[in-house]
This record gives sequence, C-alpha cells and structure tokens, in this order.
Amino acid sequence: MTDVLPHPVDQVTVEHVHEDLHEEHHGPTGILKWMTSTDHKVIGMSYTVTSVIMMVIGGLFAEIIRAQLASPNAHLVSLAQYNELFTMHGSVMIYLFAGPFAFGALANIIVPLQIGAPDMAFPRLNALSYWLYLFGSLTMLSGFFTAGGAANFGWVAYAPLSNSLNTPGSGADLWIGGLLLTGFSAIFTGVNLCATIFYLRAPGMTMFRMPIFTWNLMVTAILILLAFPVLTAGLIMLYCDRHFGTHIFSVAGGGVPVLWQHIFWFWGHPEVYILALPFFGMVTEIIAVFSRKPVFGYKGMIFATLSIAALSLGVWAHHMYTTGVVLLPFFAIMSLLIAVPTGIKMFNWIGTMWRGEIWFSTAMLMAVGFLITFLIGGLTGIFLASPPLDFFTHDTYFVVAHFHSVVMALVLGAMGGLYYWGPKITGYMLNETYGKIQFWFLFIGTQVFTIPGYILGLDGMPRRIAMYPHDPQWQTLNQISTLGAILIGISTIVFVANIAYSWKKYPAGDNPWDAQTLEWFTTSPPPHHNYYRLPQIRSERPTWDYNHPGHTASPHGHHVEEESEQEVPVA
Amino acid sequence: MPNFGASPGATTTSKSVFHLWQGFSIAAIIVGGLTLLLIIYAAFRYRRKSENIPKQSQYHIPLEAFYTVVPILIVFGLFAATLIVENKETANPKTNVTINVLAFQWGWKFTYPGSNALVYGQTTQEPEMVMPVNTNVHINLRSSDVIHGFYVHAFNFSRYALPGVLNQFTFRAVNTGTYFGQCTQLCGLYHSLMWFRVKVVTPTQYQAWLASYDNPTAAAAAKSAGKATKQQVSSIVPSKTTSSKGDN
Amino acid sequence: MRVEAKVLLGLGLFFGLMFAVYWHYSNEDAGGVMMFGGMLLGFLPGGYYYWWSRRMKPRPEDNPGATQSEGAGVVGAFPSSSIWPFTLGCGCFLMVLALVFGIWLVIPGVGLVGWAFLGGTAEGRRSGKH
Repeated sequence: MTDVLPHPVDQVTVEHVHEDLHEEHHGPTGILKWMTSTDHKVIGMSYTVTSVIMMVIGGLFAEIIRAQLASPNAHLVSLAQYNELFTMHGSVMIYLFAGPFAFGALANIIVPLQIGAPDMAFPRLNALSYWLYLFGSLTMLSGFFTAGGAANFGWVAYAPLSNSLNTPGSGADLWIGGLLLTGFSAIFTGVNLCATIFYLRAPGMTMFRMPIFTWNLMVTAILILLAFPVLTAGLIMLYCDRHFGTHIFSVAGGGVPVLWQHIFWFWGHPEVYILALPFFGMVTEIIAVFSRKPVFGYKGMIFATLSIAALSLGVWAHHMYTTGVVLLPFFAIMSLLIAVPTGIKMFNWIGTMWRGEIWFSTAMLMAVGFLITFLIGGLTGIFLASPPLDFFTHDTYFVVAHFHSVVMALVLGAMGGLYYWGPKITGYMLNETYGKIQFWFLFIGTQVFTIPGYILGLDGMPRRIAMYPHDPQWQTLNQISTLGAILIGISTIVFVANIAYSWKKYPAGDNPWDAQTLEWFTTSPPPHHNYYRLPQIRSERPTWDYNHPGHTASPHGHHVEEESEQEVPVA
Repeated sequence: MPNFGASPGATTTSKSVFHLWQGFSIAAIIVGGLTLLLIIYAAFRYRRKSENIPKQSQYHIPLEAFYTVVPILIVFGLFAATLIVENKETANPKTNVTINVLAFQWGWKFTYPGSNALVYGQTTQEPEMVMPVNTNVHINLRSSDVIHGFYVHAFNFSRYALPGVLNQFTFRAVNTGTYFGQCTQLCGLYHSLMWFRVKVVTPTQYQAWLASYDNPTAAAAAKSAGKATKQQVSSIVPSKTTSSKGDN
Repeated sequence: MRVEAKVLLGLGLFFGLMFAVYWHYSNEDAGGVMMFGGMLLGFLPGGYYYWWSRRMKPRPEDNPGATQSEGAGVVGAFPSSSIWPFTLGCGCFLMVLALVFGIWLVIPGVGLVGWAFLGGTAEGRRSGKH
C-alpha cells in the first residue's frame, strides 16, 4: 500500500524498565504463559475470545426464544424454562458479552497502542480484571446446573420478584455473585483505562491529539467508575434481603421495592452508554480511514461524547415512567436532550464520509450498517423518552425492538472493529468475501428481526411472554422476526467460518489500510511493549502525517504551508 | 394522516396520546429520512474512484453549529407537546365512579367501593372490569405481591401495580366495547397469561350491572370468589380463544 | 494535566447542576444521593488534578511540540508474567461461591486472596522481576 518514506522523524528507542528488548523470554510457556500473562494484548485477546463465546451462548438462547415465539401456543420450552431463557439471554449478552467486549477486549489491546504506551498502567490489575470476568461468567452460567435452574426474573431482577420468597433458588444467588465478580472486573478496568490515558501518553500526544476511540474509552472509564459501584451496592443489598433478613426492598419490613429500580437504573442507563461509546469510537476510526479523510468535527465529537456521558447520569428513571412515582418532566427533557449529541455524532460521521474516497471493505460496510441501524434504534428511543408515548409502549415489543436495533448496531460496530484491527492484532487479514457475506446476513437479519417487533409492540404484544394464544394474528410478524434471528445466526456461522478459513493465510503488513492513528506505525502484531520507535506526533493522525506529509488536515481542505521543505514523493 | 402503527383508542386521553404519536412520527420521519438519505447518498456518491487523496476537511463551524442548535429546538418542541399530553393524562378530574384494581400472582380483582360488585379471575379466566361510557372513572391500582403491569392497549396506557404504593389515574372512555388487557411487567411463572377485559357500557347498563350484585346469592358468590386463595393452575392450554378486542 | 482536570471538573459541575435541579423539584432520596455522589466523583479527582497541574513540571505528553527524545528513559514499572492475578481471581471466585454453596468456602477463598496479596506485593517490590 504505502511505503514508509524517508522522512526526518525522531527515531528514539524508548527504554523500558524491562530489558526484555534485549533478553530472550525465559518466561513460562503454553497454558501457564496464558494464565500468568500481564501483556495487555494477550489479556485483550482473552477478553475477545471469551466475550465472543458468550455472544454465541446468548445467541443460542435467543434462537430458542424465537423458535418458541414463532407460533402462538408453542410448547418448545416450559413457562419456567422460558423465563430462565430470556433472563439469561439478556444477562449473558449485556453483562458477559457486550460490556467486556466494549471495554475489555479491543480497548485493552488498542488504547495503549494508540497513545504510544508500552502497556496499561497496571498490568497485573488488568489480568485480574480478566480472571474476575471469566470466573464471574462461569458463576452466573452455573445457575443452569442447579436444581431450580438459572435466574429467571429478567436481566433487571426487579424487587420483589427477585426476593427469596418469589425466587428461592440458588440460580438467583449465582447470578448475583457472578455480577459481583464482573462488576469489580469492570471497575478495575475503568481505573486502569483512566490511569493509562492520563499518565502513559507518548511525547506530543496531547489530550486533543488522542484518537476518538481512546477519548471515548476514557469517558467510558469515567462512566464505569460512576455507575458500577452503584450496581454492586444494589446487588449486595439484594443478597442481604434474600439471605440476611434485611427488608430494604420489601414492603412488609418497611422497605421500598421501587428503590431497587432507582439503584439498578442509575447504573443501567450509563451502562448502555458504556456499551455504546467504545463502538462509537470504533466506527469513527473506521469511517475516517476508509474515506481517506480526517475525522470531521473532532472537537465536536469529543464535546458530544462528554455531553452524552454527563446527561446519561440524569435519565435513569425513563425506565420507570410507568411506576407513577418519578418526576416525569425532568427525565423527559433530559432523555430527549441526549438525542442532540447523538445527532451531532451522526452528522459528523456523515461529514467524514462526505467528499471522501470511500472503499467498502468489510469494516466499512459494518460501519455504514451501524449508522443506518443506530439511526433507526436511536429515533425510536426518542419516542420512548416521552412519558405519554412510553405509557403504552413500555414493556411491549416496541421497546424490545428499539433496544435490539441499538445493540445490533453495536454488534455491527464490533464486527467492524474486529475486521479493522484484526490484522494489527494478529498479523493476518480476514477474508473479505466471507466478510461481505457475513455483513449482508447480519445487516438484513437485524432489520428483519427488529422491524416486526415495532409493529407488534404497537399492536399490543407485551414482552417477556412465552405465548400469545389470545392474539394468534401476531404469528406472521413473529415468524418474520424469527427468520431475522436465523439470518443473524447464519452471519455468526459465516464469521466463525471466516476465522477458520483465513487462519494465518493472508499476512498483513504494518498498515494494510493506510490508516491514520499511531497503532498503525508499529508492526502487526506489535512487539513486546509495543514500539521500537515512535514518529513525531503533531496531530491526531501521526501515522497519516508521516506517510502523507502533504495532506495534513485543515479546516476546509486548503493545503497548509508545510514546515518541512523536503520534497516527498506521493505514494 | 396515517396512524404510524398506533391507534386512537377508546378514551379521551388515548386520542391525545395518539395525536402526539403522530406528531413524533412525522418529526422522526423527516429527520430520520433526511439523515438516511445523506448516508446513502454519501455511500454511493463518494465511492472510491481514484487513488487521489481527497481534501482533508476537518471541521466547518457554521454547519456544526446548525446541526447542534436545530436538534435542540426540535427537542424543546417535542418536550412542550409531551408536557401538554402528560398533564392531560395525569390530571385527576372530578369522578363519580371509582374502581379498585388489585393485581396479584396471577390474576386481577376489581371491586367497586360503595357497591357489592366484585370481579375476580385468574390467568385465562380473563376477569372483566365494567365501566360506564362518557364518565370519568377513577382507578385505584394496587398489588398484593410483586410488581404487575396494568395495560389496556385500547386505552394507550399502562401503569405498574406496585406493592405498598397506590397508583391512581382516570379514564374517560368514549366508545362502548370490550377491550383486552394483560399484565406487562414480569411477575413470575404465569405472567404470559395474566389476562383481563375492560367492558365499556352505557350508564344504564352499568347501573343495572352494579345492581345485580345486590341480589343476595350473587353477592355471596362474589364474596367467596374474592376470598379464593391462589390456586395452582395446573395446565394452561387455552385452545381456541375468542378474541374479544373491540367487539361488543 | 489541565485537560484531564477540566474534563473531570466539568462533569462534576454538570452533575452538581443536575443534582440541584432534581433535588429542588423532586426531593427524591435515592436519585439525589446518587447524583450528589456523581458530583463528588467529578470534583474530587478533578480538583486534585487541577491543583496538581498548576504545580507540576510540564510533561512531554502535554507539550504539543515535544519530540520523542524527551520521552526517553524509564516509562514505568510493567510487571511481566505474574501468577498473582490468577490466584487472587480464584480466591475471589471461591468467596463468591461461598455465598451460594456454603460459608466454608470462604476459608480457602480468603487463603488464596491473602496469599495473592503477599505474593503480589513482594513481586511488586522486586519491580516485577523474578
């Protein structure tokens, strides 16, 4: 693609406290090496593999749910099993796949690379985060092997349904315990990300030269630190109510059931932005690279991200409009306002594409698929922000369709991130034809799955029901939705097939995409402690500036006077 | 104007909510449609045609200001419209009819203070709440155990039945008919089948129905039904059900 | 460190305003406390960074004209392979399982946690080298 041109840059080997650059590793090998690694790239890869496996598990639950709902009175699973299925589908997808993938997988690998750091600030804490995540996942899933089955009170575990009277089994306690472990895992990752970004940037990498992905992860980390302790506290309270005779959430003891909802959703709403912001960042990078343009409105993007984070702490009760006990106008205006920074991001993404030279690689297809899907999901969210409109859509399939539009958009972004950064991390490209097939199944499957849900919800179909014998006319739309779920399942199979097919087949160079940010300056995969040498950093696109010195970014595209007088041939 | 998937419903407030829905839908289609067109246009128009590096535009303050300010204005407009309808829905006008609704695992009980009327049913027994048309009806909603959702599609409305909390709201139905309702908040094993009906009748019919409970046998039967403890409903296999949405 | 400080202080200020409005109109305890906590989480580290940023020597990563040679030297301590995170994780795992399968599991759990703290601290004092 682009040759590394002779160019006056600082070529300095940054010394590290470890003389690893000069000594061979005598360290452990094999499985012991994996168990003891503190390298952010290895840990991030562990997170990636584990979270994708969780995605497949959660997806299997979804396929069973959709099979059950494909007819009005199916008996594929019992009523009790059905409650377990949707509880664990939501729990696995949100707590065990989306969150860890968002801030533990690609973030772990890419953030230190993007700022020129040798590793995360606290490598052993980073490793601990992974083990807590893995053990937490096993804890939660082990509920299936208990006599009473896994947790069955919805991924939100509302009180009093989640108390020991209504849900006596140990599946619920394993669910709580698993979330305690994964919660601390997330908190430690939040600490690590903040410390790394605040303290380990390379010289010249000022805050306003960091890539948008890293900015978004910094804000995500702050949100994690704000929100997750609240969830952890709530879970401990729930456990105490269940086993230590407290009455925090039970009326009989003078408690308040709706308090659980306040605590849960104060975490729960920032959580969905914790999930979304990293994928927003991925998509931003992908669109810029494959349009051969800088990010449009870089500072506006940062302002929008900060606004989303700030507002997200003040909207939690829009999940509680129908309780009748929350201050409706406050939450309505705050929730409606979140549409504004989200819209700014959307227009900045379009602005990045505008007048670019767009190549539709798989990663770019996924990113554009994200834009369209998130547009639909985001707009339907605006309806839900209005209490009168929420009163008749709450707990119906309209809400289910809304949040599935949004999370499937995040999955499209995740796939884009894997195709984009996969070569950097592994040193090998994924096959583009398989990738495009995967994209079309995933994108079309998402719309086929979600759009009937909007219609069904408006027609009155509630959520969390195992059957709808009263309304057999809902069957057709349910069958279409099930077909969409099958298409999504096929896309996952194509993805796994692609990994198998492309295994070590197409070596990637340092910068196969002619990408812009710092991580593309080092080798693929990067060496131990990431960089043998670093270029001069004078903008948010150090690798691009190095490779294309005549094309630095400017307000409206006018060429800026170059300081260097050297003639540099264009690749 | 198209209904965008929703329906006007059978009460005064449901119609206001419906109009709000239409307004939001139009705004969403305009903004969303424009954005979608921009995405698709950019995707096609700016496909890579050469290896040239395009102009590296980085920002455009007037444009960015435009798409910051305009959405804020739209949001305030949507908020204002929301408040108007919300105030209608949360208003508590003078009412002559009060119905106490009790949600429990897994059915509903409707009692009418000041009369002997009592309706009780579990799961697919679909207990029927009778109310008069063109009258402000006040509902007191309670739960005796976990959180349930009181949802009537034809009223464009739902509200949680929260243990320990009294939720109150008012309906004024304008169309007679029978409307289906069900629980929308997960409440345990038979959540899917916690059905009820709302039957809106003329005031005369309503009075007659109330009076029928003054008959001693009927009153006793109602009382014993009300005392019935939660029975384990062993196998729920509703075969053919009569769809009672909107029929008289 | 000025930008970091301003980000945190800005968030703290926004949460403070949100708290004030919310508290005034609703007096709702749970949300009020949580938003107040959020405000503190912005002001405390943000205030500290702001105070510190005015006293510290400028760092190369805050200098837009810095050259890479300014970053030469020891960047930090990055312990390479370590068994202690895994050990600590196992200990926490057992302690959580104790919530479900019997309180006796706390004994091996605490044992592993304590062992990991000792081993990890000793390892840290060796700067991660073995």
